[in-house]
Amino acid sequence: MKLSVWTYEGPPHVGAMRVATAMKGLHYVLHAPQGDTYADLLFTMIERRNHRPPVTYTTFQARDLGADTAGLFKSACQEAVDRFAPEAIIVGASCTAELIQDDPGGLAETMGLSIPVIPLELPSYQRKECFGADETFYQLVKALARPQERTARPTVNILGPTALGFRHRDDVEEITGLLADMGIEVNVCAPLNARPADLARLPAAHANVLLYPETGESAARWLEKEHGQPYTKTVPIGVGATRDFIAEVQSLTGVTTQPDASRLRLPWWSASVDSTYLTGKRVFLFGDATHVMAMARVARDEMGFEVAGMGCYNREFARPLRKMAKDYGVEALITEDYLDVEAEIERLAPEMILGTQMERHIGKRLGIPCAVISSPVHVQDFPARYSPVMGFEGANVLFDTLVHPLVMGLEEHLLHMFREDFEFHDDAGPSHHGAKATPRVEQADTPEAPAGVTVTWLPAAEKELKKIPFFVRGKARRNTELFAAERGTSEISVDTLYEAKAHYAR
Amino acid sequence: MTHVPPPPQGGCRSAPVLKERGQREVFCGLTGIIWLHRKMQDAFFLVVGSRTCAHLLQSAAGVMIFAEPRFGTAILEETDLAGMADAHAELDREVARLLSRRPDIRQLFLVGSCPSEVIKLDLAKAAERLTQEHAPHVRVLNYSGSGIETTFTEGEDACLAAMVPVLPRTEARELLVAGALPDVVEDQMMGLLADLGIGPVRLLPARRVDEETAIGPNTVFALAQPFLGETHAALTRAGARHIPAPFPFGEEGTTAWLSAIAAEFGVSKDRFEEVTAAPRVRARKAVAAAAETLSGKSAFFFPDSQMEISLARFLTRECGMNATEVAQPYIRDALHGPELDLLPAGPRIAEGQDVDRQLDRALADRPDLTICGLGLANPLEAEGLTTKWAIELVFTPVHFYEQAGDLAALFARPLRRKERLRLEAAE
Repeated sequence: MKLSVWTYEGPPHVGAMRVATAMKGLHYVLHAPQGDTYADLLFTMIERRNHRPPVTYTTFQARDLGADTAGLFKSACQEAVDRFAPEAIIVGASCTAELIQDDPGGLAETMGLSIPVIPLELPSYQRKECFGADETFYQLVKALARPQERTARPTVNILGPTALGFRHRDDVEEITGLLADMGIEVNVCAPLNARPADLARLPAAHANVLLYPETGESAARWLEKEHGQPYTKTVPIGVGATRDFIAEVQSLTGVTTQPDASRLRLPWWSASVDSTYLTGKRVFLFGDATHVMAMARVARDEMGFEVAGMGCYNREFARPLRKMAKDYGVEALITEDYLDVEAEIERLAPEMILGTQMERHIGKRLGIPCAVISSPVHVQDFPARYSPVMGFEGANVLFDTLVHPLVMGLEEHLLHMFREDFEFHDDAGPSHHGAKATPRVEQADTPEAPAGVTVTWLPAAEKELKKIPFFVRGKARRNTELFAAERGTSEISVDTLYEAKAHYAR
Repeated sequence: MTHVPPPPQGGCRSAPVLKERGQREVFCGLTGIIWLHRKMQDAFFLVVGSRTCAHLLQSAAGVMIFAEPRFGTAILEETDLAGMADAHAELDREVARLLSRRPDIRQLFLVGSCPSEVIKLDLAKAAERLTQEHAPHVRVLNYSGSGIETTFTEGEDACLAAMVPVLPRTEARELLVAGALPDVVEDQMMGLLADLGIGPVRLLPARRVDEETAIGPNTVFALAQPFLGETHAALTRAGARHIPAPFPFGEEGTTAWLSAIAAEFGVSKDRFEEVTAAPRVRARKAVAAAAETLSGKSAFFFPDSQMEISLARFLTRECGMNATEVAQPYIRDALHGPELDLLPAGPRIAEGQDVDRQLDRALADRPDLTICGLGLANPLEAEGLTTKWAIELVFTPVHFYEQAGDLAALFARPLRRKERLRLEAAE
């Protein structure tokens, strides 16, 4: 038993719903009690979908438990098939139905339905949403893919995009366009917008493009093993990764054409002088491992930030993330507990967070700007405009996404020049954010001596510290205290402050 | 006393009820925690359930508004399902850890879920044990908010019913008002009752555990919400007597509700007029503004909050709408009878749900306004219908005179928006 307040992932059957809702012509019969239908609103409200998810819930009640819940499942299943006329159905149990052990798969098999029935075994008390999506897609591909000839022209499949995914809709469009530029056609994109019949055609492609390992890796591995299709290992987020991805696709398909990169702006935007102020901004990254790892590279190599820490909530990908964190010289944080994440952010006091909606709230509380880079998502992560994070346009989008929460370059210079001026002061906040930004909570600012060492700020030094712009003050305080502690100084004077400043000067 | 007349062509109390059984598109009772924990300021709600329960609370709450909210889920894991004794020990450990970190917590609710009910985890026993362990500082109670037993607002009902047996006893003649109301509304209600000379008035739930809500043979009680069937039964068992009345939605509902209580306490007609005249005029005026949009329009209610019959009564009688279907998860005559008496005959009255069949009927009726849950709203909008999310009616202050206009406006807004938007070319 573990106490949980907010969770990064839903239960595994919600992952199965993400696959079912992404597809067309597929229906999910879910053995579940009243109330589990809440999951519909994730899709209709957060993603603004204009159709109900293709899910029939058997809706058993307490009084059914002693009676015939299996019969209830069968009648719900038959009615769903009659009403929605799907090309295939997936059947499974939510957490409660798992306990009553009705075996939806076995029951559906005995019904003699004329369409493929794919049973799902999703252990609700061990696994979570990403696993549920990955496993569901894998079972679908395994059941429906048919051996066949490769297409004459070079083709690939796009694997992994689901409903409720972070920018999946636009990533697929961007990567499809990039591949078309290279003269490569997309044979099937799945699960997003695929029909069961499309999954049968998967083995016709020459290779697979795995955009989202969290939800598509098991299927990609199976297709490699069973149908000899290699798959891409690079996720094309950022300029460097997109270039690597292109090279990887070329080596898998033998195509040598380069896609058109004339719309790519990130490199110049990052090199231009206004971006100088981005140099060395300390960022903390948290989210699903794939987005975090890709964004750490973008942050360090393409924005010139300093990665202060990184972590992910999906343990399945802990190993590669740990390895990358080590290369970046930071400790990886692998946890599902947002309180751990909050504590780590407080400890590191970064200047910006790249995270999920959870970290956005943490940032709001701590007064640290945050850009959302990963699921879990909220309604604002489904923008009306075209807004991929993959490919060349994705890189452009990321530049804007990572710069927008910060104080603008020239404005930062002004704040430095007119420090504590009556107009340019801490509480004024970034001027492009309309309403007055929440003043930075002084939490990151309260004197906090390193353990075991008592460091006191003399009043004059404390006053001088206040003159340092708020967005670097936390760093100045920490550096000065560290500097003092290392030298065994117990009192911080104005001199100590500036000695520390000189010491840490870059 | 002021009389609210029944409709000329008769009400719906004896109308046939379409009883349906099938897929239900509703929340379970756990959802009530989202407003109950705001109401009871020293309470913590600990759901003993699965990851699904935690995910529901998070999704229904919309966003994580509170850093460390006063609710959480003890997520059952594979090991807990293996052996019962283990699960109790685990629960004790989690509760001890929680209470040591949160000394502000004075009452703890162990909330049963579908999985905890199915594995028959005895939370009553756990609550008894934990009360002994943490008394007198913390009182531990339990109730079930599981989907196999409760529909949406029935979670609050189960919670309040669980509190009744531990209320102190009193011989005093007191009015008890049951049902969680937003503080601003509760204060207005207390003001009206005080002006009528009615008191002392006790509240269930009280804002804090040490407030003086007690019960006994001379207690009379009124329900502020139409979904408190179990609480009604528990209060009756404890010796209190119910004052049946329509619910305080709209000018008429509020007047009828106050009037029933005033009659019980022998308030004079003059006094009643004096206290209610001005707010009644204000309420009618505020409702009239929204009724301009609503009048003559049709409404279709999917079953959701158990407030459907009361709201249909308000919309038809005070806003000039007509209802084509009014569905509620459950209909109980003791609670909803007075409302059905006032609801003009005509609409289909339905109990329970088979969502696919009901969607067929809604699409055939093509009502001007459909009141439904969040899962259905956008799909129905995409079919060209105009919808009002039912959950907002539970979260927004809508009771009593001063909110009557806001209540009507909630329904008028989607219609006004639709009239306003020009999303096509001019020609």
